[in-house]
Amino acid sequence: MVTGSDGKEHAELGKSPSPGLFREIRKALEGLWSLVVGLGVTGNQFYRPAVTVHYPRQTVDNLSTYRGPVELVPSDKDPDTSKCILCGMCAQTCPSGCIEIESHQEEEPDAPEAEGKAAAAGGDAAEGEKKAPPKRKKKIKVMDKYLLKFHLCSLCGQCVQVCPASALRFSHEVYLAGTSRSDFEFDLLARLRAQRRGGTGSNPGRGGSG
Amino acid sequence: MNVLGIHIAVELIQIVVAVVAFLAFIGVNVLVLVLMERKVAGRFQRRPGPYEVGPHGSLQTLADAVKMMAKELHTPRGADKVLFWAAPIVTFAPVVVSFMPIPFGPKYLTGWEVNLGVVLILAFASLGVFGICLAGWSSNNKWSLIGAARAVAQSVAYEIPLLLSVLAIAFQVGSLNLSEITAGQGSWPWQWNVAVQPLAFFIFVVSMLGETNRAPFDLPEAESELTAGFHTEYSGMGFGLFFMAEYAAMVVVCSVGTVLFLGGWKGPVFDGPWWFLAKVYGLLFVMMWFRWTFPRVRFDQLLNINWKWLTPLALLNLLAVAFLVKVV
Amino acid sequence: MRPEEAFRTLSGDFYTRSLQPGPTEDTLILNMGPQHPSTHGVLRIVLELDGEYIVRAEPVLGYIHRMHEKMGEVKTFAQYLPNMGRVDYLHALAWNWAYVGAVEKLCGIEVSERAEYIRVITAEMNRISSHFVWWGAYLLDLGAFTPIMYAFDDREWLLDLLQIVTGSRLTYCYFRFGGVSDDVTPEFIEGTFRWCERMRSRLPMYKALVTDNIILRKRCEEIGPIDLDMARRYGATGPVLRGSGVAYDVRRAEPYSVYDRFHFEIPVGKAGGDAMDRYLVRMAEMEQSLNIIEQALRRLPPGPVMHEKAPKRLKAPKGEAYFAVEGARGKIGVHLVSDGGKNPYRVKLRAPGFSNLSLFSELARGVLLADAVSILGSLDLVIPEIDR
Repeated sequence: MVTGSDGKEHAELGKSPSPGLFREIRKALEGLWSLVVGLGVTGNQFYRPAVTVHYPRQTVDNLSTYRGPVELVPSDKDPDTSKCILCGMCAQTCPSGCIEIESHQEEEPDAPEAEGKAAAAGGDAAEGEKKAPPKRKKKIKVMDKYLLKFHLCSLCGQCVQVCPASALRFSHEVYLAGTSRSDFEFDLLARLRAQRRGGTGSNPGRGGSG
Repeated sequence: MNVLGIHIAVELIQIVVAVVAFLAFIGVNVLVLVLMERKVAGRFQRRPGPYEVGPHGSLQTLADAVKMMAKELHTPRGADKVLFWAAPIVTFAPVVVSFMPIPFGPKYLTGWEVNLGVVLILAFASLGVFGICLAGWSSNNKWSLIGAARAVAQSVAYEIPLLLSVLAIAFQVGSLNLSEITAGQGSWPWQWNVAVQPLAFFIFVVSMLGETNRAPFDLPEAESELTAGFHTEYSGMGFGLFFMAEYAAMVVVCSVGTVLFLGGWKGPVFDGPWWFLAKVYGLLFVMMWFRWTFPRVRFDQLLNINWKWLTPLALLNLLAVAFLVKVV
Repeated sequence: MRPEEAFRTLSGDFYTRSLQPGPTEDTLILNMGPQHPSTHGVLRIVLELDGEYIVRAEPVLGYIHRMHEKMGEVKTFAQYLPNMGRVDYLHALAWNWAYVGAVEKLCGIEVSERAEYIRVITAEMNRISSHFVWWGAYLLDLGAFTPIMYAFDDREWLLDLLQIVTGSRLTYCYFRFGGVSDDVTPEFIEGTFRWCERMRSRLPMYKALVTDNIILRKRCEEIGPIDLDMARRYGATGPVLRGSGVAYDVRRAEPYSVYDRFHFEIPVGKAGGDAMDRYLVRMAEMEQSLNIIEQALRRLPPGPVMHEKAPKRLKAPKGEAYFAVEGARGKIGVHLVSDGGKNPYRVKLRAPGFSNLSLFSELARGVLLADAVSILGSLDLVIPEIDR
């Protein structure tokens, strides 16, 4: 073989073709052997069990780390409400604009162990000596609905990260199926209450398998 | 009525019965084969394959067949209607006839005893190519045209080593009658023709893959390049006929291979059609194994393999056999 | 209407009609795509074929243009993070990194050391998973139906591991300005060590099944040779460039993060690299990524995953910054311009696939159609990244 002007090798003309022929035959036999080796690999795989998870007879077992739809974290004091302080940061941060919170203002209840911000005013009730004028009832915000349009959510985690009260976390639900877009507009507060009553309130129409 | 007339009538009835029986045989075989292909593919790929329809997916092909029959038969705009719908039939019909000379079992299990059985099968295999050509042309689709051109070139090319390797066996046995070729082999594997002519068997297997457009030589239906090759435009039963023709052709060539090289219906114990079927399905499994392992051979390389390697090898083999038969 | 008008309306659109007839009269003008199994994504290539040979090939883009750069201008800096996972979903963490790096460079935010190591580990794992998809899809184009299944089996392990730490399997939104969002768990570390071992035992199987296979070698060798001049003219980067013998890797040439602390080789092909060289470069890169992951895991420093001084609310000064990372496909760059407001003024995304694809037009002249498919596969294109 000679090196031509283009840097590629060419067979020399005029030389006997036999060495080239033998090399070709050897290359062909090596090639055939590589095919046999390949057949051996797939043949080996033939006898091994399937690696797929045969849903719905089997299910995957590693969902505890999966970022499912967000859910509200129940408050320690009243598990029927969440830790949410209704600051609206999540709705503001969400890139897809899928969070909408409905709330109304209420007067703070009298009980001294009123929660959250009202606790700051609770210190006054303990002092009995000073005759303070009757306190004006503080207005607090109470959540009515926490609407999450899950069909817009990109599971980015900005809402979870930015919440100052750590009131949002990812759930681990994947078995969500619905027949219309409105099936995926969740009211997280309602879901929280439904979870407390038993059943996850996850799939509209399914028994909920947690 | 003279004797000749009765003889002809009996033969005609025999042929008609055989054709009907083979249509049924092809139907059942295709049902089993398609499922087998998908299950085998699944096993090679470490997954279950069809599972839901019927126990372990056994009724899957039946469901697919019903679905195909229920589909709309759509003719593309600008297609030549006559040729378009003649093509699947022209592809399918010769395959049914090819089953006739094959001996399934010892005595009466041959469709039609023909002295030139081998020639008949090869002739009708060529007719199948004609159907592909018609399909590609009449579809009014550039992709189909390219696929059909490739298929025709490939099938025509691979018939030559196929024929030559078959001829090698015919030289050795001295007859083209498939029953006689079966009779000439023994019961045990070392008495089969493959032990005497392994090279011819190898050439036969490769040409078998090329002739039936199976991987790694499946460029005419290369899904990832041409969408579906020559049968892109067919829907419903048109596609169904092509599909059945492909699988039936696979069974035909595997049967021919079994008869010529693997001892036909003979086996170590209890000769009969069960050995024949076992060997045919063994060869079919090997074909599927090849399909699910190797990538596709490029078209010009495919033809290269044929003209530069298989044909000279087959010719040399034939010469050697002829020499040995005459001299030894 | 007149016959010539009928022809114009019935056959072809703007692109095919404006393709002037080629040198020979009997050429076929064909559309490969946008719906085609071999163009990875919605790529349309207008081909002029003479029999089986390609006379001309012109890619037509824009079928999946999703206006990511415009979205960068109307979202805040933090709100833009999930977009980066969607640009090139196969190597989402590299795009995450490029954007987060650009913002950190612009605002002068430091990253905690543990987070740097975690970024390296997860991004390299993502690179391996991207190469698996490339490998499987390339072989699928070439007609081998099983290797993709084996590749995806390995990839499942990898995605499960990445799920532990990021929570997602494909479109990660894991990096934050100043670190990453969650820490790695001991389960992850142990699982990754085990997975690295398993990978090393699987790679020889891939070699035996595919790389040494004569049919594959015949489909890849001497197909689509890219010489240095062509690569330079089109701005090719990544394995496309390294397959042609140029050892340019952003992790070595313009080191970012803690890559200068790890030992890894840069596999290169020979000059005038063909599809086989690019193939071998990517397979070798997978092994080198394994090395980097193991080194980083062993040396993972303790500490927080977000830097203490990372701001809760980002205040971007006026200015611009460019940050480049080595993605699975090449050099990913994000050029960020800020005018001091809440949103960026301009986010320019430099996709490596765009430059790599522009090679195709010149490469495909005079090759067979089957070879064009092989070339496209060896360029490892992800069209959503090209169209952004």
